[in-house]
Amino acid sequence: MLNLVNKSPFERLAMESCLRVAPKGSAIVFLEDGVYAVTKGTAAAAKIQAAAEGSAIYVLGPDLDARGVDRERVMDGVTEIDYGGFVDLVVEHGTPQSWL
Amino acid sequence: MKFGILVNEGPFTHQASDSAYQFAKAAIEKGHEVLRVFFYYDGVNNANKLSEPQSDDRNLVKLWGELGKEHNIDLVVCIAAALRRGIKQDVLADGFRISGLGQLIEVGIAADRTVVFGD
Amino acid sequence: MSEEVVFDTEGVRKNFMFLNRKAPYGTIYALEILEMILISAAFEQNTTVAFMDDGVYQIKKGQNTKALGMKNFSPMYGVVEMEKEDAEEDEDVEMVWRIVVEQESMEARGLSPEDLVLDVEVLPAAEFGALMAQQDVILGG
Repeated sequence: MLNLVNKSPFERLAMESCLRVAPKGSAIVFLEDGVYAVTKGTAAAAKIQAAAEGSAIYVLGPDLDARGVDRERVMDGVTEIDYGGFVDLVVEHGTPQSWL
Repeated sequence: MKFGILVNEGPFTHQASDSAYQFAKAAIEKGHEVLRVFFYYDGVNNANKLSEPQSDDRNLVKLWGELGKEHNIDLVVCIAAALRRGIKQDVLADGFRISGLGQLIEVGIAADRTVVFGD
Repeated sequence: MSEEVVFDTEGVRKNFMFLNRKAPYGTIYALEILEMILISAAFEQNTTVAFMDDGVYQIKKGQNTKALGMKNFSPMYGVVEMEKEDAEEDEDVEMVWRIVVEQESMEARGLSPEDLVLDVEVLPAAEFGALMAQQDVILGG
């Protein structure tokens, strides 16, 4: 299962619900306003760090660019992808779940 | 691989339709096939040919229509959702068609992956 | 208008989950996903109608929208239950329908199965997630 999280963790429960329910080891892609979740030094950082131990965490680069997020602000262990990489992950991981 | 895409939001208030469009384009560039894009909820507004975005911004109504034509993607607007929102045949943009919700389930069955973009 | 396109789906049975995570009335998502579920029944797919987060509020008993002038669609969930019963009774079709609620979401909202208009399976988060991982298509709004 591939989890897609497009909401800021400071506004909605999307990330929280995903982390509670998604089976260990399922990959997570942060896109749109979801990209703020993987920036360093936020109130959500500890949760992402914990999740990264069991799951692969990806972030959509074009959404980081649009929001002015410098790459040094992105947490270690998070893999940046473009839309092509996003497509590859959907192919690789099977059914996507959008945490809208 | 064969993809189905569901777009739940219109072209202006949310990023969903932009993300779906970029995803569809990337999938095609990678040699995959996008069978159908189904527009539901406020997503039906992506098919409104009367919408006029400002000239220095992207026009998703047009972009979807062009992508659909160029790559033979079936662009389907849900009839029940469309009627509620005043999207009818006479305002339907080029490349789209109006049909039932069954078309979403059908592409879910036919495609290898169905990806949902919404809010 | 573009021409009709038909895909061959004959004999294919997939696992579909309809995932409800939003409360009713405040936004239209709950109503329109219900319409999606009802239409899907004709395709005879394995179907899981799932409720988590604020989606649990969709099936709370005692909804009365009279003063709002909006349609109270909670009785329409009865049709979902009927589809499930039909799937169980029809011996010619190997099809499974399930109605599930995530336990943590329900409890966090101070609700219990007695508060709900549907007879549901209550699944802890891990089981709910495992069920999600078995799906071919997950649709939600």
